[in-house]
Amino acid sequence: MNKERRVRVLVAKPGLDGHDRGARIIARAYRDAGFEVVYSGLHQTPEEVVQAAIQEDVDMIGLSSLAGAHMYLFPRVVELLKEKNADDIVVCGGGIFPEEDIPKLKNAGIKEVFTPGTPLTEIVNWVKENVNPGGV
Amino acid sequence: MFNKKSLEDIADEEKKWQKLFNEYTLKAPERLKRFSTVSDRPIKNIYTPLDIDDLDYSKETAFPGIYPFTRGVQPTMYRGRLWTMRMFAGLGSAKDTNERFHLLVNEGQTGLSTAFDMPTLMGYDTDSPRSRGECGKCGVAIDSLKDMEILFAGLPIDKITTSMTINPPASILWAMYIAMAENRGIDRRIIGGTIQNDMLKEFIAQKTFMCPPKPSMRLITDTVEFGTKEVPRWNTISISGYHIREAGSTAVQELAFTLADGIAYVEAALERGLDVDAFAPRLSFFFNSHLDFFEEIAKFRAARRMWSRIMKERFKAKDERSLWLRFHTQTAGCSLTAQQPYNNVIRTSLEALAAVLGGTQSLHTNSLDEVLAIPTEEAATIALRTQQIIAEESGVANTIDPLGGSFFVERLTTDMEEEAFEYIKKIDDMGGMVAAIERNYPQMEIADAAYQYQLQVDSQEKTVVGVNKYVNEEEIPIEILQIDEELEEKQIKWLNEVKENRDNNKVKEVLEKLGEASQGNSNLMPVIIEAVKAYATEQEITDVFRDVFGVYRDPGVY
Repeated sequence: MNKERRVRVLVAKPGLDGHDRGARIIARAYRDAGFEVVYSGLHQTPEEVVQAAIQEDVDMIGLSSLAGAHMYLFPRVVELLKEKNADDIVVCGGGIFPEEDIPKLKNAGIKEVFTPGTPLTEIVNWVKENVNPGGV
Repeated sequence: MFNKKSLEDIADEEKKWQKLFNEYTLKAPERLKRFSTVSDRPIKNIYTPLDIDDLDYSKETAFPGIYPFTRGVQPTMYRGRLWTMRMFAGLGSAKDTNERFHLLVNEGQTGLSTAFDMPTLMGYDTDSPRSRGECGKCGVAIDSLKDMEILFAGLPIDKITTSMTINPPASILWAMYIAMAENRGIDRRIIGGTIQNDMLKEFIAQKTFMCPPKPSMRLITDTVEFGTKEVPRWNTISISGYHIREAGSTAVQELAFTLADGIAYVEAALERGLDVDAFAPRLSFFFNSHLDFFEEIAKFRAARRMWSRIMKERFKAKDERSLWLRFHTQTAGCSLTAQQPYNNVIRTSLEALAAVLGGTQSLHTNSLDEVLAIPTEEAATIALRTQQIIAEESGVANTIDPLGGSFFVERLTTDMEEEAFEYIKKIDDMGGMVAAIERNYPQMEIADAAYQYQLQVDSQEKTVVGVNKYVNEEEIPIEILQIDEELEEKQIKWLNEVKENRDNNKVKEVLEKLGEASQGNSNLMPVIIEAVKAYATEQEITDVFRDVFGVYRDPGVY
């Protein structure tokens, strides 16, 4: 493992949903935890998210969705990463999801799903434990 | 409000009482190190006449219906007429939402309020690649006038007012509503309602975007001008603090940024050459009602007083109606929790009560499941009943502004007004709200406040019941409304049918005409109405705007 490198994270908002309070708070929490953070801004297509992730050479993508389109958008990001041979990038998601969608998202390759009320430290610790800088 | 002698006596008594208080706390310390509102405003242990000795009743508080309207815009307030119970609704197809509207009207709701899905809000048709997976999810899908006709079928739109939460394409959806009414033989001078049409707060907080700030202001000013002349019962902008607060602002930021947005719209209309009293009476406002009960009540009272002062002193309005800050309120979605969702009924009740004690003109109460999905019928009915219980059982609507004169509430009202005016001054110094937005100023102020609050919740300095305190290990799942996944396909098929059955030459012609008009300075509303009447779709029109005015991209600051 390359200990010199810090975790690089892309915080991304796929789809038309404009709720970015959570994504921007998470971006700050990652930054404060010492990660290198890229924030996509709003209204990205899955294609744009994946392109940014590859271009920025990130170790992880944190997807945020609060308007119900996660079942299309999240798996689509994982699918595109595979197509581009970039599926070493860990994908996790946060937002509002019906309970029964969570196992489906995990089956589709979303490694972890965070729902409202999760403390920031818990999310940061999960990244530290599950994401290796440099994708090693 | 008090004479000098009695204030001196009160000061003596307060000194004695504070000593007594301190003695008690030596034995049993206060339960918190610091008492503060949800916006982190410090709160004292007691408020007395000494806290309001600088306030002149006639100048600061006054009577309802009398400048500066702190106690209410109408002399009679709820003694005359209760607030409008206006539940925001929209789901799935136009037909689905039409059924929900009929249900709500039958249950005693007195105004309609439409929630659109994300593609409609952003100005995309359902068949756009950007709309994949979003159709009907968080509101109703509207692609053309055909959908608008179905949405309001059988509803008495000549008697009931309709609010539409729509921003970048507001002019188009409003044009569809006008066209729908006219096709039913109802004159545009008769219909009443509101379009949100507040792009400044979109850039600041809610973030549905289409074109950059300057052309957005042109489209908004076109609607204000057109409404003033042609649709006199319509509120053409609902200047909204709701989303600013949901994005994590403090109460004072909500107050300040909303009124600063209002100032920018007034200035734009004046630049257009409109007389202030011709349009100002049709400006309306929309606030959040959050959980901090007294701070919210004070915010509403301060807002009324501030707006009337701004309109009178800054813009020299003469018509009394120009000075009125009339507002809709929605209880705070961001205060609801996915955990133990039945607790949300209680939160919403408290927030609704604050809105009523703050003198709102209309109110949406959130449903207990609104944090998870679009409300079920049962949950929406409980939320409406909450308002009916406040209105008709609690007795709080028996007298006007029952908290007026409260030492605490009057002090808070004045403090919040002063702090909000400081923010407005800062924004003025930057060159106004459009310039401030271009510098990301309000966006970053809100992001700071939101992050601070989250850290306070995580450290348990602020309590969220069921989330960081009184947590249940086992959550009881509640029923959630699911939107038909096949809807997207059906809506696209329907959209194609609409396109096949219209006069496509006519559509092409009118879209070209719209493109030319957009490059000039004429008011675009008449040609937008012409376009929607020819069944041009929403995106066919927004594509013209994007082409002429450019596309706004999120700067992505955090």
